[in-house]
Amino acid sequence: MIDFLRNEKNHKFVVPLLSVLFGFLAGAIIMIITGINPLEGYRALVKGVVGNPRKFGEWFVASSPLIFTGLSVAFGFRTGLFNIGAEGQLIVGSFAAVVVGIFVDVPAYIHLPLVLMSAAVAGALWGFVPGFLKAKYKVHEVVVTIMMNYSALHLINYAIKALPGSTKTRSVDILPSASLSSEFLSNITNHSRLHWGFLIAVLGAIVFWFIIERTTFGYELRSVGFNPTASEYAGMKVNRNIILSMMISGAFAGLAGAMISVGTFDYARVIASAEGYGFDGIAVALLGNNSGFAIIISGMLFGALKAGSSAMALASVPKEIGHIIMAFIVLFAAMNYGIKRFLARLGKEEK
Amino acid sequence: MKKALSLLLVSILVIGLLAGCAEKYSEDVSFRVGFVTDTGGIDDKSFNQGTWEGVQKYAEENKWKEGRQYKYIQSNEEADYIPNLSAFGDDNYNIVIAAGFLFGDSMTEVAPQYPDTNFTIIDMVVAQPNVASVVFAEEQGSFLVGVAAARATKTKKVGFIGGVDFDLIRKFHAGFAAGVHSVDPTIEVIDQYAGDFGNPGLGQQIASTMYDQGVDVIYHAAGGTGNGAINEAKGRRENGEDVWVIGVDKDQYEDGKMADGKSAVLTSMMKRVDVAAYNMIQAAKDGKFPGGEIIALTLADDGVGIPEENPNLDKAVVKEIEDYKKKIVAGEIKVPATMDELADFIK
Repeated sequence: MIDFLRNEKNHKFVVPLLSVLFGFLAGAIIMIITGINPLEGYRALVKGVVGNPRKFGEWFVASSPLIFTGLSVAFGFRTGLFNIGAEGQLIVGSFAAVVVGIFVDVPAYIHLPLVLMSAAVAGALWGFVPGFLKAKYKVHEVVVTIMMNYSALHLINYAIKALPGSTKTRSVDILPSASLSSEFLSNITNHSRLHWGFLIAVLGAIVFWFIIERTTFGYELRSVGFNPTASEYAGMKVNRNIILSMMISGAFAGLAGAMISVGTFDYARVIASAEGYGFDGIAVALLGNNSGFAIIISGMLFGALKAGSSAMALASVPKEIGHIIMAFIVLFAAMNYGIKRFLARLGKEEK
Repeated sequence: MKKALSLLLVSILVIGLLAGCAEKYSEDVSFRVGFVTDTGGIDDKSFNQGTWEGVQKYAEENKWKEGRQYKYIQSNEEADYIPNLSAFGDDNYNIVIAAGFLFGDSMTEVAPQYPDTNFTIIDMVVAQPNVASVVFAEEQGSFLVGVAAARATKTKKVGFIGGVDFDLIRKFHAGFAAGVHSVDPTIEVIDQYAGDFGNPGLGQQIASTMYDQGVDVIYHAAGGTGNGAINEAKGRRENGEDVWVIGVDKDQYEDGKMADGKSAVLTSMMKRVDVAAYNMIQAAKDGKFPGGEIIALTLADDGVGIPEENPNLDKAVVKEIEDYKKKIVAGEIKVPATMDELADFIK
């Protein structure tokens, strides 16, 4: 057992698992301090996620956008960019999806791909700006993406209200052919909002993995991330690659927006402030080790904490506990070096 | 270190046990009430809090224990509304209350799935057989505080801060402006919409700008954002400026209290969401739940109005407000509820 934990080959998945475990333990301690029985709290969480078919469906609904924002942030990380702008790219993506969903009237098998594509393109365009500024003028992407988040929020709020038929808070419904929602999925999960987005998120993870691990292009992107100077010396087009990374990262975030606007809601909403999917994406990416398939799992985990929060509230566990657990998991995931050191030392003292 | 930690844990456990001993609550759980907040949260000092107070009042009178017979769930974001409403439905709660028109879509979707649960929505009409919709005549109450503002202003400039610019908040706006106009048509009403109900910093900034422009009474219909306006008024009054703010939804007199015990809140436009919640629970308990109906609470029902105690208003002004109230109740004054009606009213 100890040898297994000490073996560095296993650290790739042992460390995230331990982060999660520690996160839940820390959450349990907080619950004890605030006078809540942690066993009951966690039982409520589990019940809130798999307690009945509807909750099970809602779990997937909550997870899909998180997987996409996780992929978005991870793509940036893998190529040496810190994309804080997933939030804004998500907002423009969700809006583009709705616009195409309302105004283009074609059969579903064309419409749906078109809707998703426009969300990805919109997100990519929003990612292009910081990518371009970074490549051309060395403006740090963190600064630009943060500003772009606010621009997206307010610009899109304005644009939604300007659409014909919109009220001050929402747009009209999209055409049924543009919606990811499915009568069938909703029925088998007892009227949950479960939609096809989840499959698309899994597909997104596969695409992510393929680009990063299996193509020359992905290799170049990673190489630029590791060392731009060396990559340039090796003959790679560094600037072009930075822009393309930001755009692909933005495309993933744009798709996350489509999950929400044409999956969960079927209309665009005027929101007062960012809803945090982009920032949660940073956590998802961190915990998922920036690798495509692990991000599905970490996205599902954070989705569970989100989806289970109403059931936890019913068991009188404040929703903040869920946030605290998330925060602890991220904290431990960020401390992975320390955990690795700890694992490597395990058993040494006995000798 | 370890000892200290275990001591701490043990003492927490012991305190928990002691606290668990006192039991004076009803054991009967055959009737349960659920409340879902919008993203403003349970302690927004406004809408959600007010509704929750109505639930709490009913609970206290019936010796209910929070978590057993009544409970609330906070919504972090709009995507939570449906799961949160459904959570109570799944648990077979008898009545589920949600405050705010933002719940309109989600309530329409959730209510048919739980035909045995009574739903109540406040500020919005949802046409479902098991949903009771409670709406208020906000323009009438706002008219009355408009009269108070017109009597209080010395600069002949009053301000209105709206949360988000939509029809409901325009009702406050139109009623207020009409009230001001009825007293003195030369008083100017300046308005600004914050675009957010949960941003006190922004509210304070808007209020500050208005006061700097010479406005000396501000009426806010902006929930949490308006708390910033109250803060600004408080700060300025403490510095000797003669400015006022008018509260909304609840009696906000306490929120505007300064170091000397007086308040910067002139009066408040009370919207008795607590009464609405209380009445609906009572009705559901008695088996007389008005499912599918629209319940309109007006000045005549005391569903809106000013607080009973108004330490900052002169007796004469209170009397004048009472007179206007009678006229509105009698139908002699028809208070405008939209900006178009306001334009006609002013003509």
